[in-house]
Parts: sequence; C-alpha cells; structure tokens
Amino acid sequence: MDKEFNLDTMTDEYVDVLRELGNIGAGNAMTALAQLLNCKVDMQVPQVRLLEFKDVGSLIGGEEQIMAGIYLAVSGDITGSIMFLLDQESAKHLACKLMGMEMTEGGFGEMELSALMEIGNIITGAYLNSLAAITNLKIVPSPPAICIDMAGAILSVPAIEFGTIGDRILLIQSQFMDEIELDGYFIMVPDIESYGKILSSLGMA
Amino acid sequence: MSEIIKVGMADLKVCKSPDGVTTLGLGSCVGIAIRDPSTKIGGLAHIMLPDSTSIRNNSNIPKFADTGIDELVKQLIKAGASRSRLVAKIAGGAQMFAFQNKSDLVRVGERNVEAVRRKLQQLKIPILASDTGKNYGRTVIFYPETGDFVIKSVGKKDSVI
Repeated sequence: MDKEFNLDTMTDEYVDVLRELGNIGAGNAMTALAQLLNCKVDMQVPQVRLLEFKDVGSLIGGEEQIMAGIYLAVSGDITGSIMFLLDQESAKHLACKLMGMEMTEGGFGEMELSALMEIGNIITGAYLNSLAAITNLKIVPSPPAICIDMAGAILSVPAIEFGTIGDRILLIQSQFMDEIELDGYFIMVPDIESYGKILSSLGMA
Repeated sequence: MSEIIKVGMADLKVCKSPDGVTTLGLGSCVGIAIRDPSTKIGGLAHIMLPDSTSIRNNSNIPKFADTGIDELVKQLIKAGASRSRLVAKIAGGAQMFAFQNKSDLVRVGERNVEAVRRKLQQLKIPILASDTGKNYGRTVIFYPETGDFVIKSVGKKDSVI
C-alpha cells in the first residue's frame, strides 16, 4: 500500500489511526510543557483535521494572523518534518513564563525567541518520543528553527511538503490552558514512504 | 463598486478593472500577477511547487508554476485579454526558516521563483517588477486597472511595485 498511499483517497480507518497518534503525541507534549513550566496545564481533546490548502489559513484565524512557528526536520526510520504553531499572544505568554519575565508589549526579544525555541524543542521532542515508542521506529529530530510571521507564510512550508504528495494537509489542533487559554497546532509531515512505515509498524498495512 | 477577489493557496483568479485580486500570506509560494494593460483584464496565481512533471500526483493545475501559469494565461485570453500584450509582476518565494543544510525542500522558495521566471520567459511575457526571496511573508494585492502590485509584510511599510 505504501506505493500508492495517498492522503486524498485514504480510508477512514487510516485517518482514525493518524488521529489517535496525534492525540497521544499531543497529550505527551502537554505533559512535557507542564513539567517545563512547573504548572498545571489542562488540555482539550485535540482535533485532527485533513484540510484542503485553501481552508488552512482560515481555520487558524486568518492567513494574516501573526504566529510563531517552530520547525524541525525528522530523520531516522521515518523522514519528514514537524511544526508546532502558536499564536503570537500565546507564544509570548509561554516564553515570558519560562523565563520568569513580565509580559512586554511589542515584538520578540532575543531571550524570548530562544525561550520559545526551547519550548518548541521540548514539546515536539515529547510528541516524537511518544510516536517512536508506539511505532517502535527510530525518530531523530534536528535542531529547531523559528519563524514569527503571517500564518499563511509559515504554513506554506509544511503545505508545500504535503503538496508533493497530495492536496490536503493533516493538522492537529490542541487547545490548552494554564492561566490563559492557548491555542497550539501540530503539523506532522512524514514523507510518503514514512506513512507506510508508520501504518505497517502498527499492523495496518 | 469594486471588489477584491481572494485567491487561496494553489489557486488562481481572473478579474477586470476596477476589481482587484489578492492573496494573503505568501511564504515560499509565489504570486504571479499578469495583466493586459489595454483591456485592463488581469489575474493572479498562487503556486506552491516549481514543476508538475516531477510529481506523480499532479492533477491540481494551479499548484505548479508550469501548469498554473499556462492556465492563468488561458483564462485571461478567454476573458478578453490579448496574448501579445500580457505583462507580469511576481512576488514571494521566501525562505521562511533558516536551516543549516540547504536541501531541495528548504530551497523550494528559490526554486519556485526560478521556475516562474523560466516559464514566463518561455511564454515571452515580460516581468516588469518583482519582490522575491528573503525570509518573510508577503500579502499581495493586484489592481489590473493600474498594474499596481501592492506588497504588505509584517513590521514593514507597504510597497508598490
């Protein structure tokens, strides 16, 4: 099946498996975040969506909404990339909380960017670790890269990766709260061979 | 009343003055605005990938530089534009994330811009202006009335090319 695997024609069964992997990954990521910030983090059941490119921007609050994206390449048994996306307010809140700083107005300073990169690193690391544990595959993330810009522009990067294999994008939205409500999104982009490997490691293919 | 028509990712639209076309948050994708200055018919394509022939699953015409530009030109002519008068402006093709290794995928913005330039040259459509590359997103609005291509970015002044 991995030869002809296609996100556009994927059966509901496969969508459910990917959804469940997303759930578990996001759950572990939030636990890691709670430990990092040393506070209680509540989370909603993550929503997993397969979206057409043109609908992606509007789901996230508009293509021009300013967001922080943390992006890592993945290698090992599977290859691809993972992105953690936060709206600007949430990103700032988390960065200041980690550094024990007061929230400031305006853009991101060097310290805040570096704190955010570390948060992204830990969250995506936890996400990938749980995926590796379930599938028994070796997954190695690269150092993170960060970008603060319009949602549409940031999302063009994973969208282009999805674009090489289909016309839809797999998005995991996880809403979580500490004192304020935060909206985070995971976008996992395994390449086409990796989908086959993930699914067959779970006895699906 | 004039209207601004929205073009999504992997999408294209044609309009006639006084209407305009826009696409929001271009990252590594490229926006190609083409118009016929005399009939004031114009259009905008938002392409994601350079080459439809290198991908098996390539039925989505506006997704690729080669097929997307062909389709935009076809629709412009159908709407009444003259093939020989067409002129283009392009924007986008940024590299949003600074990675150490320069893999093909990281360079996709650059490759998109190259592919768009090549395709336009092949079709003999002159590029009057461009704002491509760098590392930030762009929202673009194109007015076929004047040919103005307005570019907006976060933390920068709007520019018109």
